[in-house]
Amino acid sequence: MKQLLIFIRKEFRHILRDYRSMLVLLGLPIVQLLIFGFAITNETRNSSIAILDNAKDETTQKIITKFENSRYFDIDRTLTTNEQIEAAFKSGKIKLAIVFQSNFQNELAHANKAQIQLIADATDPNQATTLVNYASSIIMDYQNELNETNKLPYTIKTETRMLYNPQLKGAYTSVPGVMGMILLLISAMMTSIAIVKEKELGTMEILLVSPMKPWLVILSKAIPYFIISLINVATILILSVFILGLPIQGSLTLLILATVIYIFCALSLGLLISTITETQQEAMLISLLGLMMPVVMLSGYAFPIANMPFVLQALSNVVPAKWYIVIVKGIMIKGIGISQIWKELLILLVMTVLFLTISIKRFKIRL
Amino acid sequence: MNKEIVIKTDKLTKRFGDFIAVNEISFEVYKGEIFGFLGANGAGKTTAMKMLIGISKPSSGNAAIAGYDVYKQTELIKRNIGYMSQKFSLYEDLTIKENIQLFGGIYGLSDDQIKTKGESLIEKLGLQDEADKLVVSLPLGWKQKLAFSIAILHQPKIVFLDEPTGGVDPITRRQFWDMIYEAADNGITVFVTTHYMDEAEYCHRVSIMVDGVIQALDSPEGLKMRYNAQSMEEVFLMLARGAKRSD
Repeated sequence: MKQLLIFIRKEFRHILRDYRSMLVLLGLPIVQLLIFGFAITNETRNSSIAILDNAKDETTQKIITKFENSRYFDIDRTLTTNEQIEAAFKSGKIKLAIVFQSNFQNELAHANKAQIQLIADATDPNQATTLVNYASSIIMDYQNELNETNKLPYTIKTETRMLYNPQLKGAYTSVPGVMGMILLLISAMMTSIAIVKEKELGTMEILLVSPMKPWLVILSKAIPYFIISLINVATILILSVFILGLPIQGSLTLLILATVIYIFCALSLGLLISTITETQQEAMLISLLGLMMPVVMLSGYAFPIANMPFVLQALSNVVPAKWYIVIVKGIMIKGIGISQIWKELLILLVMTVLFLTISIKRFKIRL
Repeated sequence: MNKEIVIKTDKLTKRFGDFIAVNEISFEVYKGEIFGFLGANGAGKTTAMKMLIGISKPSSGNAAIAGYDVYKQTELIKRNIGYMSQKFSLYEDLTIKENIQLFGGIYGLSDDQIKTKGESLIEKLGLQDEADKLVVSLPLGWKQKLAFSIAILHQPKIVFLDEPTGGVDPITRRQFWDMIYEAADNGITVFVTTHYMDEAEYCHRVSIMVDGVIQALDSPEGLKMRYNAQSMEEVFLMLARGAKRSD
């Protein structure tokens, strides 16, 4: 026990004396979260739109005013004929055109039904979808206002509802993604580098010759990074709740439990990497290419898994971050409990045991 | 000389597939002796040493280190030996004091022991002003002397030195050997590999390995007489020239 404490103190000294790495370890999550939460976002603001109002009545004016007041849209031009729509798009300035049918107010009042056409520039399909969704919700808003004062329901457009993320906030995807990425980076990459460093410098040999048990060496390497990971989790959660305004709907305890399991999984991956590499560069490369890339590409964080070819979908199943991100989204955003995520937790646990078993086997062979 | 045996090997062998790295070596080393373990690159020195210090299992044969069996009692062996390798063996981003604390702790010394032994070590090496500086700032020769002092801090029965003076200037090497003599006088057996033939002359007895077997084992004087040579270098060249394998 004393040996372990002495060794953990040594590891902390290594980490604390390396200011640059320290800064990266603690600063990276903050920077990443802020970048993904604010700068790189799927939210589109102040998009230029064109309006073709064939009715020019009180109702259409009210709806147009709503668009004017929205921070998502800027009314770039008002059109008078259908022919102008295409020209407007070709000018490249507008992203969305809103067309009101003629006689809008009358139709709405008498048939309880009126139509608005939304035409989007789908050269960027993601943006087009987003804009259509924004526009729809603005129109929905107006419809709801009308219906509050009227007994007979008016229908302006088919309903589109954005579940769980009605404001389409970018933070909803970036927080779980950043957590999945940062924890893996710190736990797996830093641990593997720390172990391989001893091999490279020759100090591992000294430790193997000493009465120090190899598993104590490994454990004392993992503990500091485990603690740093927990600090980062706390930072990320505090930032996301208070700065990004993303509430934690579900149980915080469950979230932390799942995170601890995920950190264990990442630590055992780091250990595995350390047993198959000889130099720090090698360990870093494998961690970056073998872990970071799949996390970014295949975890469902940046690109939806459902849209991937079958092979990649199958491959995504072996990426621990995929399961962790599902868990975090579930707990933080949907507020679901353990009964709905036990499967994902179990998968992470099985992966951890598997990684550990392989590393211990390999570690013994080396001796 | 006290003839208490501290290292005894009997047909100790290590095979890697078809390759026999160490082929049935048998020798004895006595307490307080400085035993030079020589051999060209690839002769099997390092492999043999790894078996003796308990980090590599022999393929066949027997060996006892400080009375403990290399197959079953590696934990006890590790507790009773010190080791310093050709690569630098201290942590460069820790201070001298922190290195002493760390290795003292690993070998199970109490805090009091670490404090008193550490202080006398620092004083002996004249490093009082550097005690709280990072090891990385020390010149190589000092690092090696410090590494040796730390390797024998827990007063092991045997200290294994794997090319301890590589890259060190002649004056520092001489000082290093003074430290080795002092350790031997205190009853610590020194098992040392080296490439420097002048250092071989300093040993009490020397073994020369060629192609996995021990070709010669005697005192430097005895070897020079038997091979009718002026220096250990001549003896070594005569024996090593017949080697079939090299790196």
